Amino acid sequence: MAQAVSAQRVAAESNFSEAARQALYAGLISFGLFVLFIGLRTDQNIRNELILVQRWGTLAIVVLLTMAGRFLFVAFAQPAIAARAAARAKATAVAAEPGALRKNGTKLAILALFLYPIFILWAVGLQGSLKWVDNFGIQILIYVMLAWGLNIVVGLAGLLDLGYVAFYAVGAYSYALLGTELGWSFWILLPAAGIMAAFWGVILGFPVLRLRGDYLAIVTLAFGEIIRLVLINWREVTNGSAGISGIPKVDFFGLFDFNVSSDIYFGKVFGLAASGAYYKIFLYYLIVLLCLLTAFVTIRLRRMPVGRAWEALREDEIACRSLGINTTTTKLTAFAIGAMFGGFAGSFFAARQGFVSPESFVFLESAIILAIVVLGGMGSLMGIAIAALVMIGGTEILREMTFLKQVFGQDFTPELYRMLLFGLAMIIVMVWKPRGFVGSREPTAFLHQRKAISAAFTKEGHG
Amino acid sequence: MEYFVQQLVNGLTLGSIYGLIAIGYTMVYGIIGMINFAHGDIFMIGAFTALIVFLILGAMFYSVPVVVALLIMMIVAMLLTSLYNWTIEKVAYRPLRGSFRLAPLITAIGMSIALSNFVQVTQGPRNKPIPPMVSQVYNIAGISVSLKQIIIVIVTVSLLAIFWYLVNKTALGRAQRACEQDRRMAALLGVDVDRTISITFIMGASLAAVAGTLFLMYYGVVVFSDGFVPGVKAFTAAVLGGIGSIPGAVLGGLLIGFIESMWSAYFSIDYKDVAAFSILAIVLIFLPSGILGRPEVEKV
Repeated sequence: MAQAVSAQRVAAESNFSEAARQALYAGLISFGLFVLFIGLRTDQNIRNELILVQRWGTLAIVVLLTMAGRFLFVAFAQPAIAARAAARAKATAVAAEPGALRKNGTKLAILALFLYPIFILWAVGLQGSLKWVDNFGIQILIYVMLAWGLNIVVGLAGLLDLGYVAFYAVGAYSYALLGTELGWSFWILLPAAGIMAAFWGVILGFPVLRLRGDYLAIVTLAFGEIIRLVLINWREVTNGSAGISGIPKVDFFGLFDFNVSSDIYFGKVFGLAASGAYYKIFLYYLIVLLCLLTAFVTIRLRRMPVGRAWEALREDEIACRSLGINTTTTKLTAFAIGAMFGGFAGSFFAARQGFVSPESFVFLESAIILAIVVLGGMGSLMGIAIAALVMIGGTEILREMTFLKQVFGQDFTPELYRMLLFGLAMIIVMVWKPRGFVGSREPTAFLHQRKAISAAFTKEGHG
Repeated sequence: MEYFVQQLVNGLTLGSIYGLIAIGYTMVYGIIGMINFAHGDIFMIGAFTALIVFLILGAMFYSVPVVVALLIMMIVAMLLTSLYNWTIEKVAYRPLRGSFRLAPLITAIGMSIALSNFVQVTQGPRNKPIPPMVSQVYNIAGISVSLKQIIIVIVTVSLLAIFWYLVNKTALGRAQRACEQDRRMAALLGVDVDRTISITFIMGASLAAVAGTLFLMYYGVVVFSDGFVPGVKAFTAAVLGGIGSIPGAVLGGLLIGFIESMWSAYFSIDYKDVAAFSILAIVLIFLPSGILGRPEVEKV
């Protein structure tokens, strides 16, 4: 007994000395990394010359934090992780019967989505609700829809698309241009924008059919950049970087609309005071329905021959071809349908903002959407929705953390750190869960019994 | 004709910088098969380090000869940028080795976002201009060649020579080529694969740091978002030349440089990037594995 205890103590001590050693290394490395970038800051003086401002205190804090973090990780987190892994290896794998919450998770989530604005109205009132419904609800749901759209291309068909934002742009500009120039209604232009984007999807799809893997990725990236550059430079039509403003709002099928001056303004029809919140809540329900449409179509398509062909293509293109699947049409439909949902989301985005400019369609957006798809677990709708909630909601919530000002002083603006933390979160989540939040594959076609397997066992094709 | 040669000189300068960055992409791709998206930002870190070193030199000494200043900037940038790339590989890519294909790509994109925002947060979002370091311009048979351009070409050529020697004539290069062909087999034959990969990242970063220093010297300004466009173009160059092939990367870089300067000179400067990307798409449609790339043979 005493022996065991002392052995444990020896283990713990060597663990601590190891942790201290590692912390020292981490400190040295972080000192090297940050000495010029945090220790010094380039600033402009009155004569517009660059000067260096010294910040050795901040550097010391950052280096010490890194050391402390590394020490705690090696001393405590790593043994805990190892112990858990050992315990898991010992326990026999018993498939747990999913609980009631898990079984009805989708229904509950949809219910929560519909109740969310009501809850917000109840909690913070009509004017306070604007921020919560718009910045959190609509913003996150746009990304959910985009990620679900991209999921068809990347998650189901296994075609790596780094230029998805191009279709988003096509949809947004279709609505912006046709809506302002011709004055057509949103309800006509929504499908039109989707068709337009699908058309562009096919146009992109044709030349890249022969490309695979990373070559496909770079060409789609190039395509996304080309669309953006054309939007910037074709000033006669797109008004260049200034963008298009005054895009008409969505009306409710001509029954009422949301322009305060109009005769059928929502407030007038229902005898309520004028407020911008009605429009936001209406848009919220609209994007919920659009998302549900995307999810419904995805789920149904997966059970149709074309959906199965996509998944077969993702797993093995050669086998797929030898079984007589026409890979050309399969790829093209994936591009077209994925692009169509991007187009829908784009026209919704234009209607929500009332303004579009090429600034909204940079590569970073494509990267964020792709990150959401992969972080969520490719192919899993629920996982993707969770990833969008965590990544987009998490960065949005940073804007709200005004209490941090009290900790770090008045000059501290949490928004500045938004994308930095987003990038770091992408890395941490990916290293922690390389298969995404929901990393299991449920087969759509099965014999006798449906067996979900961990995605770690599946091999990705090079599509 | 003189105008054409002039554009050729400009394209050569631009292409040298792209080529140096493209080598980093192509080597990493060749050895671990991933697109190191953060490489463009590594280039930006190199340029920024050079900027800060330049300012330190300016603050500490009354005057430093330009050549010495450039050399110090380059060496410090190489060291620091290598440290960055080495750490990034260790933290973000190594844990995911052997995981599925998209995982390291996503961490690389995350790293790229994190790096550019890190510099934005710590150094501020504004353009950072420096006074011109070298301003002599020579007139050779009606073509004006600036000393900056000569320096860029000389530095690039000598670095490529050193680099060629390292990859083709040393044990390290042999280990790298072995890992590129078959990582598992190389490990069985006693090649330290992890170390070789780390060194590959360090070499790529050093070249990118030199490219960053030259970029700073040539344009005299750097900003935190400068990693993206040169990064994408260099990657385009690597793919154009056939990804995985080092001569291909240089060739692709030069081609992209020529296309860009010719298009700006003869057509419209607004659409120069559109031209570069369109040519990439067209080349890949007819030569799906790039100009010097080996076609990928898939065995079942």
